Amino acid sequence: MSTAATVPLVRLRHLGKRFGEVEVLRGIDLDVPEGQVVGIIGPSGSGKSTLLRILMALEHPDEGRVEIAGESLFTVRRDGHERPAGRAHIRRVCRSIGMVFQQFNLFPHMTALQNVMEAPVSVLGLARPDARQQATAYLARVGLGDKLSAYPRELSGGQKQRVAIARALAMRPRLMLFDEITSALDPELVGGILELLAELSAAHEMTMLIVTHEMSFARSSADRVLFFDRGLIVEDGDPATVFTAPTHPRTREFLKRELSG
Amino acid sequence: MKLDWDWEFTVMIMPLLANALRLTVAATVAGAALALTLGLALAIARGSAYRPLASATVLVSEFVRSTPLLIQIYFLFYVLPRFGFSTTPFVTGVLALGVHYSTYASEVYRSGIESVPRGQWEAARALNLSPGRTFIRVVLPQAIPPVLPALGNYVVAMFKETPLLSTITLVELLHTAKGIGAETFRYLEPFTLVGAFFLMVSLVATAGVRALERRLPAYGS
Amino acid sequence: MPAPFDLIPTLLLGLVVTLEVTAGGACVALVMAFAAGLGRLSGHFIVRAVARIYVEIFRGTSALVQLFWVYFVLPFFGISVEPLVAGIVVLGLNIGAYGAEVVRGAIQAVPAAQWEAAAALNFSTRQTRWRIVIPQALPAMLPPAGNLLIELLKSTALVSLVTLGDLTFVAQTLRADTLRTPEIFSLVLLIYFGVALVMNYGVRRLERRLSFWRDVEARR
Repeated sequence: MSTAATVPLVRLRHLGKRFGEVEVLRGIDLDVPEGQVVGIIGPSGSGKSTLLRILMALEHPDEGRVEIAGESLFTVRRDGHERPAGRAHIRRVCRSIGMVFQQFNLFPHMTALQNVMEAPVSVLGLARPDARQQATAYLARVGLGDKLSAYPRELSGGQKQRVAIARALAMRPRLMLFDEITSALDPELVGGILELLAELSAAHEMTMLIVTHEMSFARSSADRVLFFDRGLIVEDGDPATVFTAPTHPRTREFLKRELSG
Repeated sequence: MKLDWDWEFTVMIMPLLANALRLTVAATVAGAALALTLGLALAIARGSAYRPLASATVLVSEFVRSTPLLIQIYFLFYVLPRFGFSTTPFVTGVLALGVHYSTYASEVYRSGIESVPRGQWEAARALNLSPGRTFIRVVLPQAIPPVLPALGNYVVAMFKETPLLSTITLVELLHTAKGIGAETFRYLEPFTLVGAFFLMVSLVATAGVRALERRLPAYGS
Repeated sequence: MPAPFDLIPTLLLGLVVTLEVTAGGACVALVMAFAAGLGRLSGHFIVRAVARIYVEIFRGTSALVQLFWVYFVLPFFGISVEPLVAGIVVLGLNIGAYGAEVVRGAIQAVPAAQWEAAAALNFSTRQTRWRIVIPQALPAMLPPAGNLLIELLKSTALVSLVTLGDLTFVAQTLRADTLRTPEIFSLVLLIYFGVALVMNYGVRRLERRLSFWRDVEARR
């Protein structure tokens, strides 16, 4: 893992987001260096998913600044001023970001293979035969080598999530966002996905932000753990410290509830 | 010839058209009354446990619904007298409109009835209510309000089809417009006005239906 | 041939014209339905407004009035339209306006999550719309589209009133000539019904074809 990069891949300054009356994010400051695997834990509604959705530009922040590899995501500098960026700019900056959703969100009218091929062909301009070859390899890597021509309705939840992961990987993002990807799965399928996730984390091919409720996974696979509570990052450190000797009382409360229940 | 709209002429023919509008509205209202009642009867027949009745209703409904209203109008106009039913173009027109649109109305009623939760029927059974009472006092009151907008839209559709009655000499809007055109050789004003009338009434009625939709009670059980 | 079947050859000539108008009108309606349906969902205000106006005008006025307007009024502006073209264009525009609402509704019914998944893969809006959303909206469009096709078939009878020799026109002529009214109109009704049944069958088959990816529950 390289330590030479001086510009963090993700830099958030004073990030704020409101939904109606509720302040979901309250002034988040965060630097994520390239290659880091970050586990994000915290109670429901603490803003974890919103953070990922803002990084993916599915939501726009109400205040603050988001920089990806040193470039501002939501603003452009024009005539010496910061102006709101247009769709094209946002899309370009988001090129290097991929996301896996809790509800899989596969394209139901395409086979597993087509799901994984579609974006590399349409967005990256890859030739179809190359895309097919690559997609086959990715699907094999997530353990679905025999399900290439299956439609999403024929797959189990775990299988669908694997396709979703392969689909996101095929775009070779520098930053991957995982939004509670095991929360919608039947309990017996969760382990398989976590294994896959652990493999990806160990390989350190890309920066990963993983929002999860699976504490043991965060503890064993993450380089760094963030604890979110009511819109703020309340704890930030390496897993060993966070899980055994958290500094903040809310972290202690949360962990006690999660690990005993 | 270029666009030369004669406003004086327009003002002159307005009363004629307004008169015809009254007849158009009357035909619509009468036709709607027939369609809405006959439609309900058809919907009930469709749901009947007596198979032959249900099947026959479906077949006849599909047949009437899938064939042109114009032919049905001609059929009634030319054929009815042969069976001794001699009557005015107005009555024939209303009959044709009403029967044709009763098939649409019956579909709408059907969907309303079917969307009433099974639990309502079961609760009525448990209280020993007769099927008839159940239907009238429990099911229909819940089935009809949600489908009123759809029924309203079909009444508007009926209004827009009244010009077809001009073919059997009912002196409604379009017939009057044609007459004015034939007499004065000015077609622009009468036809445009008629179009505008329809558009206005249709827009107002549709807005009314949408407002009705918003004010409907949403039942929870 | 025995009566009433001796009438059939003549009627068939009219049927050909009816089918021509239906086919032509359907093509116009298809194009307009997508143009106006997508137009109503456009990000540009002007496009949305134009689409809305088209839909409201053609849905809000009677097809016969529109037909008469084109046939009787346009000549005064120097635009002389053949009855066949008038029929195809007017009826196509008319049904297309209803079709626009069907297209719009079906596209809006595709879950927002699909747009998000596409955004996460860096698809452009246009790519998402055409490769991801519209294909998923198609199966939902078909049943209402099938109904509209039947409505189109029925409305072709109106062209008989602007002197186009369709099935209805031929029926009226035959009636005036032979006075065998009940036979003629019964046959005509049966012919229209037959065509409608064939159309329904075709639409249902197409719907099944396009639904290969749908979950079993959604297929109802």
